[in-house]
Amino acid sequence: MDITRLTAMEIREKVINKEISSKEVVKAHLNRIKELDEELNAFITITEEEALKAAERVDEKIKNGESLGKLAGIPIGVKDNIITKNVRTTCGSKMLENYIPPYDATVIERIKAEDGIILGKTNLDEFAGSYSTESSYFGVTKNPIDTERVPGGSSGGSTAAVKAHEVALALGSDTGGSNRQPASYCGIVGIKPTYGLVSRYGLVPLANSLDVVGTFGRNVKDATLLLEVIRGYDEKDPTSMEIEGSSYLEKLKEGIKGMKIALPREYMNMDMDSRVKGKVMETVKLFEILGGHVEEVSLPHVEHYWATYYLIVVSEISSNMARYDGVGYGYRTEDYDSLDELYIKSRTEGFGEEIKRSILAGTYILGSKEGREYYEKAFRVRTLIKEDFDKVFEKYDVILTPTTPNLPFKIGDSIKNPFEMYGSGIFNIPANLAGLCAISVPCGYVDGLPVGLQIIGDRFKEANILKAAYALEEELALGGENNGL
Amino acid sequence: MGYKTIVGLEIHVELLTKTKIFCNCVNEFGGDANTHCCPVCLGLPGAIPKLNKGALEFGIKAGLAFNCQISEWVKMDRKHYFYPDLSKGYQVSQDDNPLCRNGYVEIEVEEGLKRIGIQRIHMEEDTGKSIHTEGGDTLVDYNRAGVPLIEIVTAPDINSSEEARMFLENLRNILRYIEVSDCKMEEGSLRCDVNINVVDTETGKKTNITELKNLNSFKAVASAIEYEERRHISLLEKGENTAKETRRWNEVENKTVVMRDKGSADNYRYAVDVDVLPVVIEKEWIDEIRDSLPELPHQKKERFIKEYALPEYDAGVLTQSKELAQFYEETNKYAKDPKQVSNWVMGDVLRRLNDEEMEIEDLKFQPKDLADLLEFINAGKISNNIGKKVLREMFETGEKPEAIIKKKGLIQISDEGELEGIIEKVLDENQQSVIDYKNGKDRALGFIIGQVMKATKGKANPQLVNKMVRERIEKR
Amino acid sequence: MISKEEILQLAGMCKLKLSDEEIEIFGAMFSNVLEQVKGLDMVNTEGIKPLYFLNSANKSLREDVAGDSLDREEVLKNAPEEEYGYFKLKKVMD
Ligand SMILES: [Mg+2]
Ligand SMILES: [Zn+2]
Repeated sequence: MDITRLTAMEIREKVINKEISSKEVVKAHLNRIKELDEELNAFITITEEEALKAAERVDEKIKNGESLGKLAGIPIGVKDNIITKNVRTTCGSKMLENYIPPYDATVIERIKAEDGIILGKTNLDEFAGSYSTESSYFGVTKNPIDTERVPGGSSGGSTAAVKAHEVALALGSDTGGSNRQPASYCGIVGIKPTYGLVSRYGLVPLANSLDVVGTFGRNVKDATLLLEVIRGYDEKDPTSMEIEGSSYLEKLKEGIKGMKIALPREYMNMDMDSRVKGKVMETVKLFEILGGHVEEVSLPHVEHYWATYYLIVVSEISSNMARYDGVGYGYRTEDYDSLDELYIKSRTEGFGEEIKRSILAGTYILGSKEGREYYEKAFRVRTLIKEDFDKVFEKYDVILTPTTPNLPFKIGDSIKNPFEMYGSGIFNIPANLAGLCAISVPCGYVDGLPVGLQIIGDRFKEANILKAAYALEEELALGGENNGL
Repeated sequence: MGYKTIVGLEIHVELLTKTKIFCNCVNEFGGDANTHCCPVCLGLPGAIPKLNKGALEFGIKAGLAFNCQISEWVKMDRKHYFYPDLSKGYQVSQDDNPLCRNGYVEIEVEEGLKRIGIQRIHMEEDTGKSIHTEGGDTLVDYNRAGVPLIEIVTAPDINSSEEARMFLENLRNILRYIEVSDCKMEEGSLRCDVNINVVDTETGKKTNITELKNLNSFKAVASAIEYEERRHISLLEKGENTAKETRRWNEVENKTVVMRDKGSADNYRYAVDVDVLPVVIEKEWIDEIRDSLPELPHQKKERFIKEYALPEYDAGVLTQSKELAQFYEETNKYAKDPKQVSNWVMGDVLRRLNDEEMEIEDLKFQPKDLADLLEFINAGKISNNIGKKVLREMFETGEKPEAIIKKKGLIQISDEGELEGIIEKVLDENQQSVIDYKNGKDRALGFIIGQVMKATKGKANPQLVNKMVRERIEKR
Repeated sequence: MISKEEILQLAGMCKLKLSDEEIEIFGAMFSNVLEQVKGLDMVNTEGIKPLYFLNSANKSLREDVAGDSLDREEVLKNAPEEEYGYFKLKKVMD
């Protein structure tokens, strides 16, 4: 038996049934990492020692007949913008290359409490600020399906690690598609929960009003399991919400008979790769066969998504990055003769190009008269965008769109055409602006590359998107799968 | 001729909450460097602030005490600038929606009561503190980072250094009365910046506003305003104007010096802090806080005038601080004559406190002890002068007046039999004075009485001695 | 269009130093972005409230009760330089 081929659910079961030990699971995955990661570069930090210790504790519990958590023995990767106590957390930046946090993010506390085993910290675009995992100070992560291509981003390290069976589950974060786009590019399941479902305490913010922590798995059930563990109100994050309702896992099998499904006209008419569109339309038909009612709807403000998102995101980035100044923690320049020089050199040397551009743009937006007008305008247009979705969700349960308008692009291509890269998030952004939940689930392969379907649901209606994704996964014979490495 | 000085103040006040504004680190002055810190107040990546209900309540309290309107809801904003004391590269403050607006504080000027407008009071977090070593290095301590502050901004209604001083005193009294701050300028829990300019009342010509910083006492505020007043006027007289600049007060040289040019306005790039969810301030909560407000200084003063029939001056002095007023009222519970209590408190008690640079709370004796002392005097058991001596002793040892009087044998001699012998002896020894008195030299009587008092170490009842000495001389 | 002077002013505000090449790349990119942003002019937002907060506060206030702070060792663990329990900066103040 190749342990790394097991699903998260299977691992937990086999560990609890003493078919395999937690330590064996960890070792198998660590070996897989050792075998692959030099090439893939999915991890920035591997926490071998801590993982083995955690596995021993799980095995000890089993030996003593103690009750076990929901994630017992499951190897998990954590995006490196999620704070881990005493484990270096870099955000993919030289700025935090040696930063060792003194606390755990709430999601990490919850994983540990449920006996999940963290194998390491995964690569990402610097501070999660891009879409290809090429802007990391720790190098590019490759797509396991085709190592000449990007895994997408910014959670590309997590999605690559899950796809390559280095871990069974992973955490990511999603500000404008960073969980869904790379899940789609790597052919796995990525969930972006409703803003407020999961605590952000310990998620290093890119844009606080958009960021959420999300989960990855190679199937819907696995990704749902991890979401179930991390969700729920946290007193340390006032923006997190207490949500009533039963286990998502129990709801998965309910099926989608009678489900009202919306297909946004403006989206489907957008410029996109025809192969992607073709696959998605095939999938939509399958939903009808499964008993869903699909209808076209209109989202009138679609054309303004990108500008609205950009204005908000760069403003919040420029504000959030102000704390990295070389004084209390993080990178400090070697030489300085004045306070100003300390700041300028530390920040100029510590930040990468992409983040610097966002900081500059945000400084313009917040610091100029014209910029401020657009800053305020963006938050008003955001209201209109949310109202568009509220209207749709009055009548429909879920909205279907492609996850991305394109297929995973080649490493280096985004430098030639940055707009294509930013465009890859266009279908994802509204869920962040309106605080909705969404999932990307594989819906087929074209020319050996994966296509993802995005299912968007109303706020805190995760059950709907998970059900729909699960029904699809159960019924869909993908065809043309390319599992790469 | 004629110039009018225009002053507006910006006052930062640290609130006396138990914890900081966004985290549960203790809010305490001092402490070893960097021992009251956590991920939130250190601005560590990923930490999320959570607003302290107590801080908000104190802010509302202050707003109500200063007659402000309280905002129906509040949000927080980030004010960006780089400084080592600032752990996040921004200070969480309030920009366009301050907690309180449109209030006032009254001061007494010659023409009567004058209202100094309060434009706004907003909530914000304090910064850390740096110290500079002799070698020129900077050492940063974040214990103060995140201590809750209110910033009080006045209208430009203040027209002299004296008005500024009165305003600040009233403001401080009120804040101490409502117990939201200890307002210790020397510890930085009250900090005041001044905006000042001068207008030529004939031509209407105005100088540019100068901002004054580093004012460490009310006296410094007043002196700096006076200094700037003269500087602005002399420039106007020369047909010149002041530069838009920030100046700092140099206490040693008694003058202001340029700190930085304000030519280009600060650009704080305010942004909404979306981590701190907006809070709706329910009317019921405001009412609750209003009901819990203690009697304010001016209300107490009015009551003292009515209830204790005190002159306005006395009532003003006694209500200067809540603790003093409380001491006065407590003493009155046991004493019979409120005016007498007032005389003693304002006189010997306050004088001694001032001399020793002590606060009323530092007194070693209780209000009842003072009342007992007055009762000894009023009952004729000790003289007024002996009473003062006893009070001095109470100050030093905290002993009860009765114990001091007994121990030192200070009970007044009012026994004619006991006094008779002493008086006869004094008269015998001072025959010449007796003759002088009989010849109409009144001063001689005083001398004789003095001798009697001396012989009794001041314990003789002076009225009785006076009466008896006259009688005895008549008989000679 | 955004001028080189404006970009330098922005860089000064956010404490970054840019090479000429970086100025050029940012200028070209950002001018393009501003064009797209201007598209928002078409949207009528009169009377529309801004959406800063997705969730409303039900438990967003904290009671004024003290909790644990970090040990000083933890506080200073990541300090680039420290001395006597303080974060340290070398001779930078005027
Ligand atoms: Mg302030
Ligand atoms: Zn703290």
